[in-house]
Amino acid sequence: MEASRSKRNGATEAKVSEIVARYGHDKSFVIPIMQDIQREFNYLPREALDALSASLGVPQSLVYHLATFYRAFSLTPKGKYRLSLCLGTACHVRGAPQIADHITRTLGIESGETTSDGEWSFETVNCLGACALGPILVVNEEYHGQITIAKTNKVLAALGKKVETDEEV
Amino acid sequence: MADMVTLTIDGRRVTANAGTTILEAARDANIDIPNLCSNEELHPYGSCRLCMVEITHKKRQRLVVSCIHEVAEGLEVKTATERVLNVRRLVMHLLLSRNSTHPRLREIAAGLGIEKSMFPVDYKGCILCGQCVRVCREVVGVSAIGFKSRGDTRAVATPFDEPPGDCIACGSCHYVCPVGVIPMEEKDGVRRIWKTDFPMAKCSVCGKYFAPVKQLEYFRKIANLPENHFDTCVDCRSTKK
Amino acid sequence: MKKCKSASELASLREKLAAARDPKKPTIVICAGTGCLAYGTQKLIDNFRAEIAKRKLEGTVDVRTSGCHGFCERGPLVVIQPKQIFYQHVKTEDAGEIIEKTILGDAVIDRLVYRDPATKEKILHEHDVPFYKKQMRLIFGMNGQIDPRSIDDYIAIGGYAGLAKALAMKPEHIVDEVTKAKLRGRGGGGFMTGWKWESTAKAEGSPKYVICNADEGDPGAYMDRSLLEGNPHSVIEGMVIGAFAIGSSDGYIYVRNEYPLAVTNVTAAIESARAYGLLGENILGSGFSFDIKINRGGGAFVCGESSALFASIEGRAGEPRQKYVHATDRGLYDKPTCLNNVETWANVPPIIVKGAEWYASIGTPGSTGTKIFSLVGKINNTGLVEVPMGITLREIVFGIGGGIPKGRKFKAIQTGGPSGGCIPEKHLDMPVDFDELSKVGSMMGSGGMIVMDDRTCMVDVAKYFLKFLEQESCGKCTPCREGIYQMRTILDRISEGAGEEKDIELLEWIGTGVIDGSLCALGGTAPFPVLSTIKYFRDEYLAHIRDKKCPAGVCKKLITFTVAADNCTGCTACARVCPTKAATGEKKKVHTIDQATCIKCGACFEACKFDAITIS
Repeated sequence: MEASRSKRNGATEAKVSEIVARYGHDKSFVIPIMQDIQREFNYLPREALDALSASLGVPQSLVYHLATFYRAFSLTPKGKYRLSLCLGTACHVRGAPQIADHITRTLGIESGETTSDGEWSFETVNCLGACALGPILVVNEEYHGQITIAKTNKVLAALGKKVETDEEV
Repeated sequence: MADMVTLTIDGRRVTANAGTTILEAARDANIDIPNLCSNEELHPYGSCRLCMVEITHKKRQRLVVSCIHEVAEGLEVKTATERVLNVRRLVMHLLLSRNSTHPRLREIAAGLGIEKSMFPVDYKGCILCGQCVRVCREVVGVSAIGFKSRGDTRAVATPFDEPPGDCIACGSCHYVCPVGVIPMEEKDGVRRIWKTDFPMAKCSVCGKYFAPVKQLEYFRKIANLPENHFDTCVDCRSTKK
Repeated sequence: MKKCKSASELASLREKLAAARDPKKPTIVICAGTGCLAYGTQKLIDNFRAEIAKRKLEGTVDVRTSGCHGFCERGPLVVIQPKQIFYQHVKTEDAGEIIEKTILGDAVIDRLVYRDPATKEKILHEHDVPFYKKQMRLIFGMNGQIDPRSIDDYIAIGGYAGLAKALAMKPEHIVDEVTKAKLRGRGGGGFMTGWKWESTAKAEGSPKYVICNADEGDPGAYMDRSLLEGNPHSVIEGMVIGAFAIGSSDGYIYVRNEYPLAVTNVTAAIESARAYGLLGENILGSGFSFDIKINRGGGAFVCGESSALFASIEGRAGEPRQKYVHATDRGLYDKPTCLNNVETWANVPPIIVKGAEWYASIGTPGSTGTKIFSLVGKINNTGLVEVPMGITLREIVFGIGGGIPKGRKFKAIQTGGPSGGCIPEKHLDMPVDFDELSKVGSMMGSGGMIVMDDRTCMVDVAKYFLKFLEQESCGKCTPCREGIYQMRTILDRISEGAGEEKDIELLEWIGTGVIDGSLCALGGTAPFPVLSTIKYFRDEYLAHIRDKKCPAGVCKKLITFTVAADNCTGCTACARVCPTKAATGEKKKVHTIDQATCIKCGACFEACKFDAITIS
């Protein structure tokens, strides 16, 4: 157990130092470096951030502030299916809040959370700039435009969530 | 000698060194401007917004924070216009909703005619002036604590809300906090701060616990002092001479 | 590709490229902006390529993926050149038929042709569609003519001619030209670009930085994204000209993390510009060197504010700093910095090519040129529109936008993003420019226009913007962090029917304090949507407070969903979608909604095809 953990940490550290090296160990690139770490691991693992702080020479307090300040970062792993609902103004006036409520009700998670089985993550995002399609739900980079409660159910059902769907929609 | 400029504060002519802030110039002239986040040892920050004043410069009138805006020749400063007082009142109502009890806050509020916040109190204690975070970074140089999150969820925190690895338990944050919400205590050779216990060093002469071991190590390192420099407390070291 | 070592080498390259573009060659132009891609356009592009290959037409028919055309409502969009046939809502499986009928044959496919919703008239050509016809697409129009990944396309239609011309001018003359053109910043404040350049040029300190602010954060505004995605070279060209005028060698493009396609396209554009000698060392053999780095934002609206943007580039949390010194003197790394947004930079090359006089003749005396707006919300023709400054709001909403869907009533238009205000119907005939919008309590901002109809609740809209800003406030200064939160709580109270009349005054008082007291423009403008809705829609606030009613039928606590028995056909659609089983009924019999279990989610209203669900 211990051995496999330290092996994993070793691999994480190696990945982080590779990313840090790509930016020439320049502290001013700490945010792009964290973005690359996030992309690599799908979130910001604690051991990666410790390795970052050590190899770049930036205080942990800064790393923690950045990780909790910028929305692009997550300190917890994201689910297998990542639902992003646009809450831009155009989507808002076209009823996106009702969709958000519905997703929260159906999956039992608030925006920013992941289900305990690691299947679903849900987040609301600021304008995606595809306002003609509003309200928009993005599932793992796939856009679903002009989404309604009934359409949301269909999307969730297609991914294996048990919800009642309406065939006629 | 630095250039001197002449300005007026509430109608009084005041001279000050160029480059000083309005707040400093007012302080030197014994004119009180309330403030909470400013500290002479730290870089100006301008977060509490209490020290706002109204200035007229080259016929342009506007509100500025006096802890950052510098004096200038011919500047007219008014420290208590209705607009200024309204901002201050709002700020105090808002801060009292985070901390309704601290005497210093209550005193500033009372000066503005406020007894209690018009908003529901959700006691958080910390007013987010940031002095602790800044003293740790700018003066101590360890950045053991910082801010987390943003907006109304912003808070002062240790990294990952865990015992702070870089903290040397020097207590600067505790001393600098204007509302006394960073607890620190010492008992049986242990200093407790940020929910973490730090062992104290014992003086080899008098046997008193005199400073946290980590703080002494840090000083020794940055000042390049000999290994045994801190075996004794300051008192015993000076009497030894 | 060989580097162009002089302006004349660039000119002969352009001649060569233009000559190679056969205007008679059949070309399928497919819009590949984010909007159209979100409709699934990539599959359509692939299918066009496959259908062409199947017919062995690779040499005779071209496929060109272009930047955003702006008419996002009707995507996926396809234009068949040179016939200029405009097809909309094109489906993946339409590709073969289009090639057969419209390219190989001479037929037009009826169902893909745009039909004017008002006159029902069929319109064949893109430029005849009212949505486009009433626009003046100086900046945005190039999007449709080029593949954003092809620097050759951009050069062929005249790209980088402005740069070549500028490099032969004296830097101060370039600044003069931009000042005389009266170009104002398109990002928010509307500051005179020429003055900004002049101050940076004259400021002491080195290096000097030139930054493109592509952190387009206003919800409902996406013109900067479409420019950067659709025509990245126009932005780069503008920046190089600016850098030469100012005397800067280092540039940054700070782009929103949520815009992956823009990042990809601008990255590729920078590389090809370098390869062509239009960026980097010794540009066009002039001895002038300038290069651009890309910085991805971390997802924070406040980073659109200059000092927060600098903090973010420097590797810190995006918290604004108060300096009382202009960024042109002390900006990024405390060095002289010129920060303009995407659209502003894209306006620079045409000014240099065609001259300040020409540019200043467009628009109004105080606001010259054109402006791109994103027209969204309750509007028939959602999309990006470029119009000369001074056009009326009515012309934008009804002439170009095609009015309000489902024949509903126009109520307000919100401009200027979260810092802007809501403008009511009585001001629809006002000319749109920087100063006029300010006069009615709103602002130009970056150009978002969100149209609202009688089913939009103004209290809810105000609450929406405050909630947005509450989450986006960096939290540094007290009035913004705490004041916006308290204002939002009061609005919550009002929208739940628990408000009191004195709450309106209280909102105004807090709002004034937040405006006066906040550190940066985020807090300094945050109360505008609240104050402007109170100003123009006080009655709606009072309806929530006094009558405990939401006239628009939006605020959940104040509305009920019932079935109008006359209209109900018993189709069971409502019962099937109702998540709490509050809507029930037998087939072909009038349904009912149980008020105790109804959660007012609106699913039944949305599902009912017979207008049988009433909100009151």
